[in-house]
Amino acid sequence: MERHMISPDVSGLACVYERPGTLTDTPFHYCPGCGHGVVHRVLMEAVDELGIQEETIGVAPVGCSVFSYNYLNIDMQEAAHGRASAVATAVKRMLPGKYVFSYQGDGDLAAIGTAETIHTANRGENILVLFINNAIYGMTGGQMAPTTLLGMKTTTSPAGRTVETAGFPLKITEMLAMLPGVYYVSRNSVHTPGAVRHLKKAILKSFRYQKENRGTCFIEVVSNCPSGWKMTPLEANRWMEEHMFPLYPPGEIKVPQ
Amino acid sequence: MSDLRLMKGNEALAEAAIRAGCQGYFGYPITPQSEILEYLAAEGRARGMIVLQAESEVASINMVYGGAGAGARVMTSSSSPGISLMQEGLSYIACAELPCLVVNVSRGGPGLGTIQPSQGDYFQAVKGGGHGDYRLLVLAPSSVQEMADFVFDAFDLADKYRTPVMILADGALGQMMEKVTFREYNPAEHIVAKPWATTGKPKTRERNIITSLHIEPEMMEQINLRLQEKYRLIAENETRCEHFHTEDAEYLIVAYGLAARIAKGAVETARAQGIKAGLLRPVTLFPYPTAAIRRLAETVRGVLVLEMNAGQMIEDVRLAVEGRVQVRFYGRMGGIIPAPDEVLVALEGMVKEDAAQHEEVY
Amino acid sequence: MAIRGNVSFDIETCKGCELCIDACPQESLGLSGEINAQGYHYAVLIKDNCTGCVNCALVCPDAVITVYRENRKNEKVPVARISNVTRNLTVTIDDERKNP
Repeated sequence: MERHMISPDVSGLACVYERPGTLTDTPFHYCPGCGHGVVHRVLMEAVDELGIQEETIGVAPVGCSVFSYNYLNIDMQEAAHGRASAVATAVKRMLPGKYVFSYQGDGDLAAIGTAETIHTANRGENILVLFINNAIYGMTGGQMAPTTLLGMKTTTSPAGRTVETAGFPLKITEMLAMLPGVYYVSRNSVHTPGAVRHLKKAILKSFRYQKENRGTCFIEVVSNCPSGWKMTPLEANRWMEEHMFPLYPPGEIKVPQ
Repeated sequence: MSDLRLMKGNEALAEAAIRAGCQGYFGYPITPQSEILEYLAAEGRARGMIVLQAESEVASINMVYGGAGAGARVMTSSSSPGISLMQEGLSYIACAELPCLVVNVSRGGPGLGTIQPSQGDYFQAVKGGGHGDYRLLVLAPSSVQEMADFVFDAFDLADKYRTPVMILADGALGQMMEKVTFREYNPAEHIVAKPWATTGKPKTRERNIITSLHIEPEMMEQINLRLQEKYRLIAENETRCEHFHTEDAEYLIVAYGLAARIAKGAVETARAQGIKAGLLRPVTLFPYPTAAIRRLAETVRGVLVLEMNAGQMIEDVRLAVEGRVQVRFYGRMGGIIPAPDEVLVALEGMVKEDAAQHEEVY
Repeated sequence: MAIRGNVSFDIETCKGCELCIDACPQESLGLSGEINAQGYHYAVLIKDNCTGCVNCALVCPDAVITVYRENRKNEKVPVARISNVTRNLTVTIDDERKNP
């Protein structure tokens, strides 16, 4: 595919970074500044570096990333809403030598898919579960999610989320970390270069652990939703740092002893 | 090596699944079919099958989707309320054109119902219990032997057409013990190439995507046309039914599964009484043996449909008969199994009514 | 003396989200006054002091940035790293767009 690059003189310079070939050529449909794009990129960089493109199978959820199989150049399955980890369970059980991951948003993983998420983790399925948490339902237009913050305005909490009506934000990651079948839990973000590097390390580790059959690896990426939050990408990232990180602090939550 | 065994229907079905080379079973306990999961958890695992007790029927059917998409021979089983939970998954499986076997050992409903047998899931099985224009290929066994035989057929049909196949049984068939022999079947000889499966993309091909999402309506219509053509082919090639004393029958009973067994008893008694009764037993409920019934409708004087429900298959019988002859119904609900005597009474009633009308004409 | 670097942008795929501009420690990036076919102002180099630190490419949600850096250690480095040999990548250097 021809790309229209603005490419000043690069003689004498080495290329130190380019778009990974494990992404397809299809431009992402995500909103400008959306974290999904960064996570897709980092995930595929990891697949590329490990040389496992031919052995990796992903499971896409319902959510903004429902079309992720258009962007990730690997075999993929589309799951029904909430069921990605059940689908991934079976793929891994039938093809134990392959690398399997599910990629899910907060509604898919922590609302409709809660039972599948917990039981997949409880069984310690040898997969990577990538959880993109932006505290809102992006694809369907900005409704409240289980992880929506108290006081946060969404289309179904127009006056701000209250405990009386909607209960508390669900800290699903901390809950899953308690399960013995879960081997590695990390909470990351992609809003700074350093955070992106941390995420890539976490993903690389997770694939390595998968090869060693250690159990479920769970990575939550606290991310933004500029459209749903009605902010610019930069504003959204600032807001995320200020408001989401206190409740969902990035860091390694469970590491192997 | 075929051997003769005395087995429960559920267990015969499970044993057949092992012999048919089923690679993955994902299920959840529910009466009256938990023995399938239990048998496979012991015997299946011991003989190399992946047997996973899932957290729900919802998870089970989605595991079937994943396993089938990965190219494996997979199945699940449940009973009526659990099958209701699986409807979304079945719609996805049908649209994504994934082969698999789903067994419904029906119980009385609606709702939580009873654990006693019924045929109340006919509509759900045959008319598409999930959303959208899809059909399941539905096989209705009538004996423990067929509980076993149809498993081999179901897997082969599923692979042949890349479609989900349902065995629609009931709690009595699942629990009764009868003699059964298992056919000679070498799974290795029945392997079908699955170049579409997600097994990991080698350099030599594009990535495979298993999905039922086709946002552009033009594309969605093409998918639907393809599915409809598939169902037309299935109807052309795979329709099955059994004729019992239909050659010279004047009064026809149409019944499937357990009801057909009961009807056979009534037909034999009626014949002994001089009533020329016959039974048409649909074996495939989809595709329905419409042509066979239509042909018989031209020569019989009355049709009695026997079902263990409020009257579901009777609609398909009426469609097939297309008004040529009167179609009557006899059924019991709530898990009650009609006795052959009751059916005979209904049959005799039909004969009497017909005679009375016959006289009035003259 | 700072390490020399450079970046190139796939300007048709850039959505003008400005995350790269914010991430650049050298403040070398800005939005072009021109828009691409999607209607976005795309990111461009506005200063000459790029060090090839890769920060911009790391935060880019659309993977539109390619980064170059001089190698002072005189190691043998390839001109570009090709990671997927089955894909044909054509990089067109459009001279008319060099100075937006």
